[in-house]
Amino acid sequence: MRRAVIFVRSLLGAVRRFGIRFVAVAAPLSAGIYFALAQSASAACCTLKSGGSPNATSIATLYDIIFGLAVVVFVGVVGVILYSLWKFRADKNPVALQIHGNTRLEISMTLTAVLILVVIAVVTFIKLPGIVNPPNSNAGASAVLSASLTAENPPNGQKLTVCVTGRQFIWRYTYGAGCNKAAWQDRLPYSYQEMVVPAGVTVNLLIQSSDVIHAWWIPALGGKVDAVPGFTTYTWFKALHANELYHGQCAQLCGRQHAFMTALVKVVTPKQYTTWLSQQSKLITQQNDQVSQIREYLIKQGTLTPSGNY
Amino acid sequence: MATTTAEPALRPVPQILVHEVHKPRETRQWLDWVLTTDHKKIGIMYLVLTFVFFILGGVEALLMRSQLAVPNNTLISGEHYNELLTMHGTTMIFLFVVPVMAGFGNYFVPLMIGARDMAFPRLNALSFWLLLCGGIVFYASLFWHPPEAGWWSYPPLSSIQYSPSGGQDAWIFLIHLTGISSLVGAINFYVTIANMRAPGMTWGRLPLFIWSILIYAVLLIIALPVVAAAVTMLLTDRHFGTHWFDPTNHGSPVLWENLFWFFGHPEVYIMILPGFGMISEVLPVYARKPIFGYKAIAASTIVIAFLSTLVWAHHLFTAPMPLVVLGFFMLSSFLIGIPTGVKIFNWTATLWRGSLVMSASMYYAIGFLIVFLIGGITGIFLAVFPVDWQLNDTYFVVAHFHYVLMGGAVFAILSGTYYWYPKMTGRLCNERLGKIAFWVTFFGFNMTFFVQHALGLSGMPRRIYTYQPDMGWSTYNLISTIGSYILGIGILMSMYNFVRSYKHGKIAGPDPWKGNTLEWFTTSPPPVNNFDVVPRVRSVEPMRDIRLEVEAQTGRLQKTGGSEQFARS
Repeated sequence: MRRAVIFVRSLLGAVRRFGIRFVAVAAPLSAGIYFALAQSASAACCTLKSGGSPNATSIATLYDIIFGLAVVVFVGVVGVILYSLWKFRADKNPVALQIHGNTRLEISMTLTAVLILVVIAVVTFIKLPGIVNPPNSNAGASAVLSASLTAENPPNGQKLTVCVTGRQFIWRYTYGAGCNKAAWQDRLPYSYQEMVVPAGVTVNLLIQSSDVIHAWWIPALGGKVDAVPGFTTYTWFKALHANELYHGQCAQLCGRQHAFMTALVKVVTPKQYTTWLSQQSKLITQQNDQVSQIREYLIKQGTLTPSGNY
Repeated sequence: MATTTAEPALRPVPQILVHEVHKPRETRQWLDWVLTTDHKKIGIMYLVLTFVFFILGGVEALLMRSQLAVPNNTLISGEHYNELLTMHGTTMIFLFVVPVMAGFGNYFVPLMIGARDMAFPRLNALSFWLLLCGGIVFYASLFWHPPEAGWWSYPPLSSIQYSPSGGQDAWIFLIHLTGISSLVGAINFYVTIANMRAPGMTWGRLPLFIWSILIYAVLLIIALPVVAAAVTMLLTDRHFGTHWFDPTNHGSPVLWENLFWFFGHPEVYIMILPGFGMISEVLPVYARKPIFGYKAIAASTIVIAFLSTLVWAHHLFTAPMPLVVLGFFMLSSFLIGIPTGVKIFNWTATLWRGSLVMSASMYYAIGFLIVFLIGGITGIFLAVFPVDWQLNDTYFVVAHFHYVLMGGAVFAILSGTYYWYPKMTGRLCNERLGKIAFWVTFFGFNMTFFVQHALGLSGMPRRIYTYQPDMGWSTYNLISTIGSYILGIGILMSMYNFVRSYKHGKIAGPDPWKGNTLEWFTTSPPPVNNFDVVPRVRSVEPMRDIRLEVEAQTGRLQKTGGSEQFARS
């Protein structure tokens, strides 16, 4: 429906400028190019990564629509240039037409450009809510939800919150209690590098940085968001399929090993997620206890001072 | 035949009164160059210096591309790669594109408006020497520790804590020095154009290159103080205990982003507008017809400059900003596409029903049109902020700005150089070599940067010194690297052409291309005083009017080239 609207509006603009005969040939030709390209645009080379989350799919569709319009404009302008180079070269056209302009033509071309941009803007604002507003989690997700006081909420308020902290040069994720400064003391489960999430649940990400500016980006799960120290930024995704592993990496120069600040999002079923979460908590508590024991031993031994330093 | 006594005073008759104006040589020749305030000598020095920086920046780029040719490459470390990308971006922008436009402006603004020199010749010399000093200060950091925070130097990465070396300070001093150089030059251009135009050259008859330099000067005056303030704040943050950008002390890195890009976006228009002006001069000459829509092109230059101050946050679409702000900047970025589209349309219409002379300069101008069109279109993609959330800081953006800057500004610069080389040196470049160089450059350029769109779409971020083989980016990176070498060869071919033709090029007369503007009215190269008598200007194309008048009076059509055409009587 949307594509039909775009098509009709371009057609009217073209008729106004070129006259009906020209349009009768050019319009089906450009429409053909456009639709053919829209099919091939889903080839990996020429469209955005998507498929992991509905916001990523919306962004990719928006890109494809703009791409089709861009190709039509490009082919049109370059066609005129190349035609002129061939037809009006000096040895074939020794006398140039001494015109200074054509006001009607200039105005109608400007209006056509405005029209194309208006169409793109309208399509963008139509698609925007689907990209920015998180949807409801699927039914049956209630076991894994958490509370958060900030960020966009899905309409029924049911979501999982993960705090993403970037630092040189690794990503850390804290599960289930927002970006809680007391996460260490509260022994909240966390992981580095690989985030584990349940499928079908709206996951809100609260993104922070502890040193320089980073950017969180998993292409298949949506757009990127800067992690700016001193700020908390937000995004969401809702993983559609379980048993998937999505790649991403830091997308803002953050130092010498910026190239290796990668991230993984492992999507599992909600049941696997709760299992993993309790397993992770257990492992963390175990390790913390072990470290405390070793520390007490070293303090008793005299290698560490009573406050735990060298 | 009645004559009134008042008439001769109102209508000076163009006469060529040729007399030598050279002083007897007292100083050594190199001292002449060091002490000169002549806009032509200063223009030549600008062009030579900036082309040297162009080569340096190109070497830096080739090193980067070599590192990225294959995955997990160990040619260059992460540290050195970050240094290279910072040096490359900074060199190309502050030491090549912006000052090379000033170089052409220095040489040709007084000539095209029929003036003797710039309004402030000594200030003009200061601009050049400040540029040279800035370049030396910056490149001196190579011997210690170059900056590695990128050409935008976002804090906290560029703060003293995360960039402790002096390279970041060298960058700050480069901005200060080249900033003052450009600012002072901008004032010089504005005053010259406003005050020193030939009789009859009203604003509506100003050559389009002059319009573009005028607007370039205005944008520099608007934008440079902001970046000078921002880098000074960074300097005090780094060394004098302030916390402007320090989030651990009530400061904000987003403040830097906004200040920098408020300068940064007008900066990119500063880089391209004189290039637009050159294309607007070159196309009518080689199409043998007037520019299509002079008023629209002049007006669109002004509109672009105005709008360029209102779009900066499209570089910050991924930073924490409210949705309504994102929407505003998307719409303003769309708006700026419209006057740009007007220009492209008018240039294309200038070709229509012309009589196209395909010189080497014209090849580059046509190449510019096609390549800049692609760059402009990808800019529209990036203006749509949800799409930008996927494409920002990826190779899609790298492809976009290289299409508009390398394909746009650099192709325009090369076109202008081939066009104006005969005027500056008195000799034509080798046309055949120029055309071959064009094809090598054009092919290499597209091979390098077209595939980078696909790299960005498939998820490759910017500024990474290596990547894994299983990401699927290897083939495109290899193609891009091979293309960059071909591009380098093409550029070197043009450089060789320029150097060789200085001594061995065919002698060009004053007007080898049958140009439209006043610089073709004087000898090649021009004498020190430019014109002995300045003709009255009656249209946008004063030289064409003169030529038609001479042809009408003498019944002789001007041949191109050859010094016999400029008869002295």
